[in-house]
This record gives sequence, C-alpha cells and structure tokens, in this order.
Amino acid sequence: MTFHLSPFTFHLSPASPLAAFDFSVFLRPSPEAVLNNLSYLLVGLGLSLLLALASWVVAFVVGSVVGVMRTLPGRILPSIGVCYVELFRNVPLLVQLFVWFFVVPDITPLLGDWFKQQVSPFWQEFIAGTVCLGLFTAARIAEQVRAGIGSLGPGQLGAGLALGLRRRQVYLLVLLPVAYRILIPTLTSEFLNLIKNTAVASTIGYLELAQRSASLAETTSRVYEAFTAATVLYAILNLLVMFLARALERISALPGFLGAGGNK
Amino acid sequence: MPFDWSSIPGSPPILWQGMIVTIQITLVGALVGILLGMVLAVLRLSRSRILSWLAAAYVTVFRSIPLVMVLFWFHLILIPLAAGLLFPGRRLELGLLTALTAFSLFEASYYAEIIRAGIMSVTKGQFSAGLALGMNRGQVMRLVVLPQALRRMIPLLLTQAIILFQDSTLVYVINLDDFFRKAYNIGNTVGTLNEMILFAGAVYLVICTLASGCVRQLHRKLIVSPVK
Repeated sequence: MTFHLSPFTFHLSPASPLAAFDFSVFLRPSPEAVLNNLSYLLVGLGLSLLLALASWVVAFVVGSVVGVMRTLPGRILPSIGVCYVELFRNVPLLVQLFVWFFVVPDITPLLGDWFKQQVSPFWQEFIAGTVCLGLFTAARIAEQVRAGIGSLGPGQLGAGLALGLRRRQVYLLVLLPVAYRILIPTLTSEFLNLIKNTAVASTIGYLELAQRSASLAETTSRVYEAFTAATVLYAILNLLVMFLARALERISALPGFLGAGGNK
Repeated sequence: MPFDWSSIPGSPPILWQGMIVTIQITLVGALVGILLGMVLAVLRLSRSRILSWLAAAYVTVFRSIPLVMVLFWFHLILIPLAAGLLFPGRRLELGLLTALTAFSLFEASYYAEIIRAGIMSVTKGQFSAGLALGMNRGQVMRLVVLPQALRRMIPLLLTQAIILFQDSTLVYVINLDDFFRKAYNIGNTVGTLNEMILFAGAVYLVICTLASGCVRQLHRKLIVSPVK
C-alpha cells in the first residue's frame, strides 16, 4: 500500500484563465462512485463530516476530563492536565497523525498487530484519524472548559458543597452544565476548526473532501471545477454548522448571563 | 519493538536544509500576514461599505476552507497561472514560492481577525481625542490607535506565529521539503520512519514549548503596562 504514502503529484499545464468553466463534469459518471462525479465529492463531504463527528466525541469527553482536572485542588492532577495540553498543542497535527498511523501500531505489540492485519485500510485511516484529531482537539477543549469553569467563580462550587453535594456531583450537576452553555460559541469555532483539520487526514489516504477534489482534478483534468466545488461545499458546511450552533445557543441561553461566551 | 536511532546522528545537515525552508515560511508568512492582516483589519473597520465588505469576504473565505485546500489552490492553479502569465514558456521551481504566497495570504485572514479585535479594544475616547486634536481618521488610526492595539496584540500575534510554524508541516501535500518532510524522507529511505517521525515531533515540541513559554512571559510583562 504505497499509494497513500505518496502525496499527490500533478503535471497539469494550467489552462487559460479565460477557459470556460464546464460544470457538466460533475454529471459525468465516475469510476469510483455509484452515480457521478458530484456524488463522488458529496461522499467525500460526508466522510469529512463523519470523521469530524467521531473525533468530536473523543475530543469532548477527553477535553472535559482534562479541563476539569486542571481546576481540581492538589498538585498532581492539575499538572497532568497541563502536560497533556502542552504536549498536544506543541506538536504539529500532521506529525501527531503520522505518530498515530505509523508509529503507534508498530510499538504496541498485540493491538498493533491486530490493527495492521485485521483492520481494513479504510478503518485504519478512520481510527487513526479519529484518535489523532480527537486528542488534538481535546487539548483545545480542555483549555476552554477550564476557562469556562473558572469564569463561574468559586461561589458556585462553594454553594454546591454547602448544599451537601460531593465535589463530583457539583461538577456534573452545577459547574459543567453551566460552563458548556456559556462555551457554546467557542466550542462551535473549535468544531469548525475540527472540520477543516479533517483535511489533514488526506495525507494518510483517508478519502475525504479535499483529497477527493484533488483526485477528481487528476482524473478529469478539470482542476478549476473540482476545487471550486470542494471549496463551495466546505463553505456550505461551515454556514450550516454556524446556523445550527446559533439555534442551539438560543435554545440553551442562560438567564442572567450575557449572551456571548467571551465575557470571562 | 526496539528503536533504531542510528540514522539521527548523521542527519542534521539534511534536516537543517529543511528547517531553513520551515523558518522561511514562518517568517515570511508571519510578517506578510501581519502587514496584510493590518490592512484588512483597517479596511474592515473603514467607513466605506464596499471596502469593508471586501475585507470581510476575504477573511471569511480563507477562514472557511482548510489550509490543505488552500495549498492545493495555490499549487495547482493560482501560482502556475501567475507564473505562466509573467514568464511564459519557462519551467520554474515554484514549490517554495507557492508555500510562501499561500501561507502569507492565508495567515493574513487570521491576523486580520486578531488585529481587528485589538483595534476594537482601544476605547472610543482615544479616537475622538485624536480627531479633536485635528488629526484626520488615517492619522488617528496610524498614530494613536494602531500603536496601542499592536502592543496589546503582540502575544496573540506571536502565538499565531507558533501555530503557523506548526502548520507549515502541511507543505507535505505540495511536495515541498520542509523540516518534517526531510525527516520523513530520511526515515523512509533508511527504514527508520518511526524514529524519524518521533524525533521530528520532539524537535517541534521543544521549540514550540520554549517559544510559547517566552510568549507567556512577555504577556505577563505587557499586562502590567500602563497602557490601558
């Protein structure tokens, strides 16, 4: 499987800038997809979104745990949280992805052998991509969760404890539910970043939107059309997510707090 | 599985060549990005509807598509097209130029947002005071608002430069040999890919941790400054 190690190389002479766009290329049947070239790209959009959603689950859970750890009393847990955030924020995403895809399966004997021998290439790419993007995004979410809990001040924690709740209960029932709602705008922009970061998974051969537009450009020699379509699809997805996030923000708005989450 | 670190001692000269490319992209991307970002931010806040709309459109477009996609655009369409128009019939080595242009223009959209927020954090009174002293809007912006805003923004601008330093690894998709790509190539030829990936990761980790530590120190210093 050398194909997904080699980056894409094109030797297309740039067409005249005045060359008419020919979007009928998308209606032509595709050798790779069931219907036509447009469906080939749309499946890529779906795969981008799928990877983003799966990574989001990992990022949200891990990010919340690490973020909470940083607000706890004591020394050890907060410093573990700091180390996690520093490690995942200070190594480039591409390097992290290659570590998860190439290095980790080689250095974990049992799990790695299963991964390399039993798992199909698609799922290898998907799993490595999910773990990588999830843990990478978790570091960012952890910072926001910490800031969100911090913005609530010590009063909420104290009130919860005074009511006889355990610390764990205060976090789960009081602090986190409020913090998440305050954080919706920043979490939205993290999710948008995550969608954009899924394009990095193209380097390990995951056939998401950017990679598919490049391969469509290669097979049809219609570079302009392929890239324009992919760019428009990314923009539409962006707008859609922002629209949904705004709706979510309205529904979950907290009385007594200023609308925007930026007021720390 | 045991590691074989033997390919690392001999590789610094080759890796350094790659590091020069990485540093070039970071420096040019940050400098051009900040200058262009400043222009975009000022245009966005200008009174002209058209200019403000154009700047907003530029920022929105670049921020809504992945960097990989931007690199594709510049690699396969925009730079070859420009080169074809300016130097017809010549075959040029465009890899570095592509990366420098793409990163400068891409980062400008991110810097524009940082700078716009910085400008808006300067109080209105400063602006009115400038106008009252008889300066025109351009002068107030240049002499009063921007110096204060920039000072406040410096930590954020530097943090963005660290992100740019990390994102420059993505020139992988346009076949440019930056630091990481060189390390990857060595590992691939010698058969020590795992070790070279980990080594490159460690180098990025050390550089970025040190740099962000410095930025934090600077932030602490600037925060107590009398400019408020």
